[in-house]
Amino acid sequence: MKPCAFQLYTPSTLEDALEALWELTEEGRSVKVLAGGQSLIPVLNMRLATPDVLIDLNELDSDLNFISPDTNHIKIGALTRHYQLETSPLISKNVPIITEAERLIGHVAIRSRGTLGGSLAHADPSAELPLVASLLNARMTLQSKHATRTIPAAEFFLAYLMTSMEPTEILTEITIPTLPGRSGQSIQEFALRHGDFAIAVAGAQVTMDEDGCISDARLTLGGVGGTPLDMSASLAPLVGSRPLPEDIERLMKEICQDLEPDGDIHADSAYRKDLAITLSTRALVDGLQKVKDS
Amino acid sequence: MRRQEDPTLLRGTATFVADLTVPRMVEAVVVRSMYAHARIDAIDTMATSSLSGVVAVITAADLPEGVGPIPMRLSSSPELVQALQHPLARDRVRYVGEPIAVIVAQSRYLAEDAASTLRVDYSPLPAMASVDTAMASAPLFEGLTANHVYHRHHQKGLGSEAVAAAPRRLKMHFSIQRHTGMPLETRGLLAVPEAERLTVYGPTKVVFFNRRLLSDLLKVPLEHIHYVEVAVGGGFGIRGEFYPEDYLIPFLAQRLQTPVRWIEDRMEHFQAANHSREQHHEVEVGFDDMGHVMGLADHIWVDTGAYIRTHGVTVPELTQAMLPGPYDWAALDTELHVVLTNKTPTGTYRGPGRFEGTFVRERLMDSIAATLHLDPLVVRQRNLLQATQLPYSNGLKALGHEVELDSGNYPAALLRASNLMESETISQRKSEALHTGHLRGLGFAFVVEKSGLGPYEDARLVLQDDGTVACFTGLADLGQGTGTMLATVVSKELGVDRDRIHVIYGDTDRVAEGFGTFASRGTVVGGSAAYLASAELKRRIVAVLSDVIGNGAKMVMHPSGIKVSGRTRTVSYREVLHRAETQKVPLDVTQRFTATAMTYPYGVHACEVDVSPETGAVHIVRYGVVYDVGKAINLDMVRDQIMGGVAQGIGGAVLEQLVYDETGQLQTGTFMDYLIPGMCEVPDIEVVVTEDAPAPSNPMGVKGAGEGGAVGVAPALANAIADAISAPPEAFTTLPIRPQDILRWIRLGLEHRPRGDEAE
Repeated sequence: MKPCAFQLYTPSTLEDALEALWELTEEGRSVKVLAGGQSLIPVLNMRLATPDVLIDLNELDSDLNFISPDTNHIKIGALTRHYQLETSPLISKNVPIITEAERLIGHVAIRSRGTLGGSLAHADPSAELPLVASLLNARMTLQSKHATRTIPAAEFFLAYLMTSMEPTEILTEITIPTLPGRSGQSIQEFALRHGDFAIAVAGAQVTMDEDGCISDARLTLGGVGGTPLDMSASLAPLVGSRPLPEDIERLMKEICQDLEPDGDIHADSAYRKDLAITLSTRALVDGLQKVKDS
Repeated sequence: MRRQEDPTLLRGTATFVADLTVPRMVEAVVVRSMYAHARIDAIDTMATSSLSGVVAVITAADLPEGVGPIPMRLSSSPELVQALQHPLARDRVRYVGEPIAVIVAQSRYLAEDAASTLRVDYSPLPAMASVDTAMASAPLFEGLTANHVYHRHHQKGLGSEAVAAAPRRLKMHFSIQRHTGMPLETRGLLAVPEAERLTVYGPTKVVFFNRRLLSDLLKVPLEHIHYVEVAVGGGFGIRGEFYPEDYLIPFLAQRLQTPVRWIEDRMEHFQAANHSREQHHEVEVGFDDMGHVMGLADHIWVDTGAYIRTHGVTVPELTQAMLPGPYDWAALDTELHVVLTNKTPTGTYRGPGRFEGTFVRERLMDSIAATLHLDPLVVRQRNLLQATQLPYSNGLKALGHEVELDSGNYPAALLRASNLMESETISQRKSEALHTGHLRGLGFAFVVEKSGLGPYEDARLVLQDDGTVACFTGLADLGQGTGTMLATVVSKELGVDRDRIHVIYGDTDRVAEGFGTFASRGTVVGGSAAYLASAELKRRIVAVLSDVIGNGAKMVMHPSGIKVSGRTRTVSYREVLHRAETQKVPLDVTQRFTATAMTYPYGVHACEVDVSPETGAVHIVRYGVVYDVGKAINLDMVRDQIMGGVAQGIGGAVLEQLVYDETGQLQTGTFMDYLIPGMCEVPDIEVVVTEDAPAPSNPMGVKGAGEGGAVGVAPALANAIADAISAPPEAFTTLPIRPQDILRWIRLGLEHRPRGDEAE
């Protein structure tokens, strides 16, 4: 379990990193970008990836490690570590679902090194942060030497472990909408062990109007497809109503009917589907409860 | 009581084999088969050998003529010899991970680079990834007529006829999944040639046996091989056996005349180190309406993997021999079937055979209770052997000994466990749990263990002139705290501070002989030898000082010298040794303890769980173990052994599985897929150590504590879950028990309930 030989490049500015990525890619060399290394390093050690060059972003804290509020949004640098998100009062106040999600990610050691950008770019469909990014339709800023573009999460996650990033691009910043008024967020997951990737995970955001009726509801499921699945469109029956938990559960049974998750040795397809119903119900009920509590 | 071993371990200053480097050291990588079953047509080493940094590439063709195979250490049997493993595959590979070649290079990195260039031409053969396939396929070895390599039938009383004649019968099929020990530290060896000698660092467990074996295989005199045991990060039965690498690495060091180191990586460990536990039981039990058992019939099918390794058929034999457990069976009819497949070979793993058999037997007891709508504790009490029935034998043999349950009060242990878990008030706790949306259940499992395997162990004690005592032992330490245990025994007997006893082990230049640490034998056999040696040393000191001590006076060994009651003068150790020399009474004592029989600890596992009716998730609310070790040398260490065992038992009960696909490829070959329990999955474990039944066969009355923690978890958990969800008798016969299985049984139960009684 030793990696193949690779060239290590440790730029000290984002500009240098983008320059190197562009040049090396143009030369036809295979390049991997290293952030927290929590997925990439094992993959290298197992020789499942054998890049010619590794561009290590860990010197770019001044460019890429930040949490800054904006009007109705928070901008987060891609190199921000999980533990920073987990412990940030700014995050817990404005995007509380991230604080909740972080507590479900791995263990302390993993959260100390792992980064937001790394997690999103790795695009594991069972992972918590891609789910949250999809739920809130976060916007991803992708930079290359010659261009910067910003795309919504829905256009970022393409398939299992696959994003729409170009080989010359680095994910530099994530813009996440802050929690609207009279709203509640919740993430509910099921894993066989604490800290594992989820077997299934559900994220929800619910907004109420002044009369206590639901005015907007969003729901995303993870672990039941190749990317986080946005189920929000199916929540229309909830809008304008004051649903009881059993109403929500009935709807969840209906909208999860057509899911066809892949089974594996840990959980078969039927069980994942079952969990999707349970967890999405819990997430919506919990989200509603939080609005009522506030 | 703190352990002598802990300061270095906790400070990170202990030396493990991977910490050792010596000048001119090169590193080895083992190239392993990618196929479960294939002919090797050719291996082209040319390109690999010529790479820069590569020192040597060897295949089976480079090994000395006639070397191997690796023999059995235990439970040997003539028909098994055909299936022994050679250090390197010659022209056929039989499991994924089988060693084909070794590459030695200036670094592990270069060796792994080189490994990827080795060209092996395979002709794949059909893989046998299950017992059923293997039973229908041609034998894996020439000289065998079938893959069914071993069979043993045992009958007691009327056997299956008694089962057939019983008024009630249950037929069940149990599956125990393949899984194994995952020591924190993988295997590793460093072999250093010096003149005609070869020093090997990294052996453990059975150091002396392995040294003799290496000397046979290398054809060098025993004294030319020096084995040194360094710190070991866990063994659990699988670590320390003689594997192909235990020959290959010393062989390469000898051939290249340079130090060679090999450190197994985790991916190798999954494929190369012994697997364990995979069994299927076809059981039928006969009983009456009161729950009295009348007979047990079992066909035990064991998937032993591609080769027979050092344990021979230890695990299957122990399964069969220990299956009856603590109950009074009038009739038994058990057949053992050991079958070769194209999977990693198997061996022992903490509680070998008992983990499997205990699951079958103790789940069966609850199934009988569920069939009769009786309390499982009542069914157990009605069938337990009474204290007065011991010693008791079912006529079965294991490890060369007849299994004779030597001493115990089984009903008392069950009662104690029932009281510990407050089983009287469980219904109240069940209704309380229901208010929070959980299904509460309580389950028990009785375990009978074996310990103290012979043949014997020596202990040598030497009094030093500073009043410290050197204690030489043939045991090993794989993390158990062997040193602390022996120092405690000696300290108690001699009255010397424990810190002044220095235990020396695992170095074949300093210790003459030993049988090692396995089968929960360390304290029983090695500890007893130390006890005898302490008594003898004390007797000699008293004799040497007879004129000072006189009749009836007591001596105390202080750090500054020996104090005698009623006298003010302290006799210095220098003086003691001087007197001993003059009187020709050496204060260098060796005593041997020979184990004539094994001794049988026992106990009860109990757990209370909450099951989520929505997800099937299990939360262990309480876990208790009552365990009788006859006499505890160090109570904390006994408790810790039980707790560690329970943690591993939880892994085996609900998480760990080595899954193969039908082509014989391992699907769970990393810790991403092979789930071991972490801190969050292991609850607080309440251990009650009892000393009700001292072993009659050794001077301190001790029984081993090493394995009883692991063996009872699966049935205790299964029974608790079944109780929580009111499962039918046939539920939960397959391990691991996964949330999806639990949810399925919950849903099945709801379907069978009257309408209008919908859940949630």
